Amino acid sequence: MDFNDSPTEAAFREEARAWLAANVPSEADLTGLDPMARAKLWQKRKFDAGWACIRWPKEYGGRGATPMEQVILTQEEGKSGAPDTGFFMIGQGMAAPTMMAWANEDQKRHYVPRLASGEDIWCQLFSEPAGGSDLAALRTSAVKDGDEWVINGQKIWTSGAHYSDYAILVLRTDPNVAKHKGLTYFFVDMKSPGIEVKPIKQISGDSNFNEVYFTDVRVSDAQRLGAVGQGWQVAITTLMNERAAIGGGGGGVGFRQVYELAKRVDLDDRPAIEDKRVRGQLATWYAQESGLRYTGYRSMSALSRGQTPGPENSIGKYVGASKTQDMASFAMDLLEGSGAVVDPEFVESAGIFQGAFMAAPGGRIAGGTDEIMLNILAERVLGMPQDVRVDKGVPFNQVPTGTG
Amino acid sequence: MNFEFSAEQNLLREQASGFLADNCPPSAVRAILEGDAPYDAGLWRQIAELGWTATTIPEKHGGIGLSYLELCVIAEELGRAIAPVPFSSSVYLGTEALLLAGTEAQQEAWLPKLATGEAIGTFALGEKPGQASPRSLETTCSAGKLTGAKVPVADGDVADFAIVVARSDAGDGASLHLVPLNGAGVSRSPVQMLDPSRSHAKLSFDGAAAEPLGADGAGWGLTRQLLNRAAVLFAWEQVGGANAALEQAKEYAMGRYAFGRPIAGHQAIKHKLANIYVKNTLARSNCYYGAWALSTEAAELPLAAATARVSAIDAYYFASKENIQTHGGMGFTWEFDCQFHYRRAKLLSVNIGSEGVWQDRLIAAIEQNEAA
Repeated sequence: MDFNDSPTEAAFREEARAWLAANVPSEADLTGLDPMARAKLWQKRKFDAGWACIRWPKEYGGRGATPMEQVILTQEEGKSGAPDTGFFMIGQGMAAPTMMAWANEDQKRHYVPRLASGEDIWCQLFSEPAGGSDLAALRTSAVKDGDEWVINGQKIWTSGAHYSDYAILVLRTDPNVAKHKGLTYFFVDMKSPGIEVKPIKQISGDSNFNEVYFTDVRVSDAQRLGAVGQGWQVAITTLMNERAAIGGGGGGVGFRQVYELAKRVDLDDRPAIEDKRVRGQLATWYAQESGLRYTGYRSMSALSRGQTPGPENSIGKYVGASKTQDMASFAMDLLEGSGAVVDPEFVESAGIFQGAFMAAPGGRIAGGTDEIMLNILAERVLGMPQDVRVDKGVPFNQVPTGTG
Repeated sequence: MNFEFSAEQNLLREQASGFLADNCPPSAVRAILEGDAPYDAGLWRQIAELGWTATTIPEKHGGIGLSYLELCVIAEELGRAIAPVPFSSSVYLGTEALLLAGTEAQQEAWLPKLATGEAIGTFALGEKPGQASPRSLETTCSAGKLTGAKVPVADGDVADFAIVVARSDAGDGASLHLVPLNGAGVSRSPVQMLDPSRSHAKLSFDGAAAEPLGADGAGWGLTRQLLNRAAVLFAWEQVGGANAALEQAKEYAMGRYAFGRPIAGHQAIKHKLANIYVKNTLARSNCYYGAWALSTEAAELPLAAATARVSAIDAYYFASKENIQTHGGMGFTWEFDCQFHYRRAKLLSVNIGSEGVWQDRLIAAIEQNEAA
């Protein structure tokens, strides 16, 4: 048992490090560029040198690397000071695997390399006001008209819709059959006439998500992925990749930040870190973070040996999101009356605790709520039965709906 | 990255698991829990024959000189089986104390017998309710004669020797002493425990012959080192028990029907068991970290041990109580086996320092790493 690279892994790490050291953009390269332009510059540079999306097949812009090589590259890139490429996460992490599995060869050769190079940004139009955890209850419709489909309805919680070039989406093509059977999967150009994107203002004050309205939007039948009525099966390909792409939602508040705070602020006229209750809480969170870290190492070890990791890594988002929320809340308690201050003139630690506190509820909902994650663990890992579904086998247009 | 057990170690796990399934079923645990025997002597003999008691003892002292990783594997399986044997006292504490601080002569005197299971060792620290410290100890040793009392001492009724922590005027305020328990000046009386599948005793010393283990005044530091090692091994037992409790809860929930379907299909039960799985997974991964630190004598051992211990205490307690809850009223009956895990989980939570003690040590380890 050790944490060392195998000789091949070590050689790859060296190669990655050397390339990154020579190619990560300097501050001079980036001057005057906004975060999107920085991300695009860096992504294109990686792509041109064969360092983008390295797990993908060569013909689609990758280099057919192993999962372990991708892990190593991600680690090294994280340490390299390279620009943040989060803009590409949904396109590369979710849309690309779906396209590679379901699109035709011409489409794959056209669209997938453009995802790898950062030229195109994609978003995912799945959730709807009436279809969140129960995603298959979505209602936005597509009606066939010659060689085209006409889309009407509304999607919601779409990250990055306002800057995306394309989207993957699931639509209801037959309301007369059971919920899962009436869905069909498409991709669409976000500049199509009839698409309107409206930002949603979150409780944090930020707007990371959007509502996307469709009014008589026309999409070619050639942009259908999978058969008519097969949309749920295609969506599973996307969702299998979602939790891997979304990750822990750390929000910048973890053990280290709260520990450092506890050394700085006083409790009973002593540094708070000397208080037993504070130490106890911090130790619990440290053990959780450590448990997640070493769970990740166990998965990496499986990858390193060419095996598929077990289900243990699926706990990450669930544990991480609540931990962030609780740690942010605890840090604010340590600040006492100042804990609720967000005024830039007086706020502690540049407001990271208040920021994480207000962002954390989203972490527990996005990409599968805590409750859905527990259901997945119970059903797929522990093998427990699915929930009772009263809409099972019932034609979708006869399923009871609420007022929302 | 090779953060996992080897193929040989996994084979050992399978063998141990199969052996204990056959030879330490719940009925064997119940026999000790309900009966007068202090431990399962037949099982103990078999375990010794398999060489488990000799795992980390060097070959020159009659052991088989394997690594701590093998011992972690065995610990997990013993925990899973809730084995009613003095393994933890004799191996994680008695044997480890001799390996840590024993002279060549002390090691030669005891390790071969510990390896064969012929001798049982234990460790005696606590004297009264509350956290022990050098200042809290009243046991003293003068000119090789030990005086005082220790309660509760795990397997104190059956052990051949105890490593006793006594107060000292020197150094860190404590000294360790190796005390044979069959000689004059030692009296022992059994102590009833929450978990009767593990026997405990009160040891009283009235001028009992004792020889120092390690330097006078080095006893508290040695105790901490010993407990850091033992914490990793106990944590593996706890993780084994926690996973067994989860399996027990799941098996019952799959077969128990309410409202027309298995209760395993109701979200309240699904989420409960998923939460057990989450805690168990975190604890297990931290135990890997502990196993790595223990087996490589890493400087991180104090932090790794505390981390493993803190999360294993949390996981086993949670799994054991929610296992009963999943069983409903039947889980609360004497007839059902859920009580075994509930009792063992609490015993293992308090036996070498409780959650709060190890939480404090975890943060202290981080502080020390920063100061270094």
